[in-house]
Amino acid sequence: MTTTGYASAPGSTGTSWLPRANGRRILALRRLYRRSDWIIRICFLLALLILAAALITPWIAPFDPDGQSLLSRLRPPIGFEKAQIAHLLGTDQLGRDMLSRCLWGLRLTLGISGIGVIIGLLTGTSVGLVSGFFGGRTDDLIMGIVDVQIAVPFTLIALLAVAVFGTGIDVLVVVLGLYGWEKYARLIRGQVLAVRDLPYVEAARAAGASTMRTIMVHILPNIASPIIVMMTLTFSEIVLLESSLSFLGLGVQPPTATLGSMVGQGRDYMASAPWIVASPALLIMFVALIVLLLGDWLRDALDVKLRNS
Amino acid sequence: MTGFFISRLLRCALTLLIVVTVVFFATRMSGNAIDFIAPEGLDPASREAMIRYFGLNEDLVTQYVRFLGGLLNGEAGISLYQRRPVTEIYGEKIGPTLILFWSAFLLSVVIGIPAGILAALKRRSPAGTAIMAGAFVGYATPNFVLAIFLILVFSFQLHLFPSSGNATWLHFVMPTIALAASLLAQQVRFTRNSMLETLSQDYMRTARAKGVSEWLVIGKHGFRNAMIPITTVLGLQVAGMVAQVVIIEAVFSTKGVGDALVAATIARDYPVLQFGVIMIAALVVGVSFIVDLLYAAIDPRIRVTAL
Repeated sequence: MTTTGYASAPGSTGTSWLPRANGRRILALRRLYRRSDWIIRICFLLALLILAAALITPWIAPFDPDGQSLLSRLRPPIGFEKAQIAHLLGTDQLGRDMLSRCLWGLRLTLGISGIGVIIGLLTGTSVGLVSGFFGGRTDDLIMGIVDVQIAVPFTLIALLAVAVFGTGIDVLVVVLGLYGWEKYARLIRGQVLAVRDLPYVEAARAAGASTMRTIMVHILPNIASPIIVMMTLTFSEIVLLESSLSFLGLGVQPPTATLGSMVGQGRDYMASAPWIVASPALLIMFVALIVLLLGDWLRDALDVKLRNS
Repeated sequence: MTGFFISRLLRCALTLLIVVTVVFFATRMSGNAIDFIAPEGLDPASREAMIRYFGLNEDLVTQYVRFLGGLLNGEAGISLYQRRPVTEIYGEKIGPTLILFWSAFLLSVVIGIPAGILAALKRRSPAGTAIMAGAFVGYATPNFVLAIFLILVFSFQLHLFPSSGNATWLHFVMPTIALAASLLAQQVRFTRNSMLETLSQDYMRTARAKGVSEWLVIGKHGFRNAMIPITTVLGLQVAGMVAQVVIIEAVFSTKGVGDALVAATIARDYPVLQFGVIMIAALVVGVSFIVDLLYAAIDPRIRVTAL
C-alpha cells in the first residue's frame, strides 16, 4: 500500500497501520474461532479438504476424466457386485472413471463459481458504493436498474443469455458473474448510507482525502463483515445455479464434466446405474451444505443483519 | 393511499416496459432468426417469403413498436419452429405449471409456518433443534438433486410414483415435494426468526402480565405481528419459485411452462422465450405490487415514507 502523505502524524511512517491492523485481524480470527462449535470446525476442515482436492485434482485423479474404456462400462462402486478395484466410485456408460470425473467436475464447478462470485462482488460493490456515496440522480438510476433486475428471476436471464450467445464456459462465467450483483449493490448502498455521514468519514473528507480514498480506506473496511457473509452465501447459490444450468444442458458442454452436467447426463441410466447420478449429486449437496453452514455461522459470529435471510 | 397506489403502479409499469424492451432487443442481438431455422441452400424467394411471414423484413424499431402493440392486444408472435401463436403454446402449457406451483406453495405454507412457530416456541428442546436441522438440510439441498433422489427411490426402487409426465395426480406428487422442500425450509427458518423477534417484544410481556392466556398471547399478539414480514417473504418467494419450476419440470418432464422455456432456449426459439420471460416478469412485478399494497395497508408508516 502506498500512502500519499495523507494526515501522517509526526514521526509515524506510512505503514504504521500494518502491525496494528494485523493485530486486530488476529484478534478477530481468534474471536471467530471461539464462537465456533465442533460442527463448524468439522465443516471448516471439510471445506479445506474439498478445496485442496479441487486444487490438486490433476495429480490425484487416478484416470483421465474423458478416457473411455468400453470393456469396463457401467461398473458399480466398490462394495457392489462386479465392481473393479481400480474404479472406486465405479464407471459410467462409456467406461469413464467416476472418481476422476467427480474430482475434475468439482474442480471446474468450484473454479467457475469462484470466478463468478468475484465478478459479482466487484460489480455489485462498485455499483453500490457509487450509488450510496453519490446519491441523487445516480442513485435513482442505479436503484431503478436494480428494481428491473429483481423483477426478472435470474434463471430466466441465464436462459436468455444462453439463447443469444450459445453455450460455453465463457458465457457461463459471465452469466454467473452477473448473479447477485443487485444484492451486493443494495447491501453496500445501505451500508454506505449508514456510515456516509458518520464523524470519521466527515473527518477524513475534511482532512482532504479524495473520494476514492475515503471509499477505499475509510468506508469499505468498515462494511467488510456483511460483504464477507454475503459472499459466502452467494457462493453456495452460484454453485447451485451452475449445477442447475449444466444439469439442464445449458452450461458446460460434454465431454467436459461439471457436477451438474454429470447428473444431467446420467439421468438416462438412473434405473440401471444409479451411482452415475448419485455420486455427483451427493457431492453438490455436500458442498452446498458446508458452504451454507459456514456462511450462517459467519453471519452470526460477525453479527451481521441481512435482509430476508 | 391513492397517491401511493398510483406511484407504485407507474413504477411497476415502467419496470415492465424496460423488461420488455431489454428482452426484445437482447433476443435479436445474435442475428437473423431465419438463419437458425431455414434449411441449407434455401432459394432466395422462399427465404424472402419466410422473412415476411415472421415479420422480420422491417427495421428493428418498427418491429419493436408492432411487438408492443401486439402485446397490448394479447398477441406475442409466432413460434419459429411450431408455426403457431406463442400465446397458444403457453395456453396449453400453463395448466400443469399452475397445478405444480400452487400445490407446492400450499404444501410449504401448511407445513412450513406451523413448523417455524413450533421451532421458535421449543427453541431449547430437541424438537426445535431437529426442525431447524431438517430445515437447514432442505435449504441446502438443490431441488434437482432432491428430485433425482426421489426418482431413484420412489420410482425405480419402490415403484410408487411415475418418474415423468403429467397425466394423473400421481405424476405431480414428486415434483410437488421436490419444489416445496426448499420453500418449506426457507419458511421454517424465516417464520422462526420472525417469531423469536416478536416473542421478545415488550408487548408480549405486557399481554402476559395482564393475564392473557398463553395461547392468546402466542396466537394473537405473537403470530399476527410475526406475520407481517412473513407475508413479504412469501411474496418474494414467488419469484424464486419460478426459477425452480423450470428445473423441476425439466427433471420430471411435466410439459409445462418451464419445459417450454428450456426447449425454446436450446432451440433458440426467440418468440417463445421472450414471451415466457415477459410473462414471468409481469407475474413477479404484479405480486410485488400486491405485496406492497398489502404492506401499506397493514403499516401506515410505509405509505408516507415510500412516496
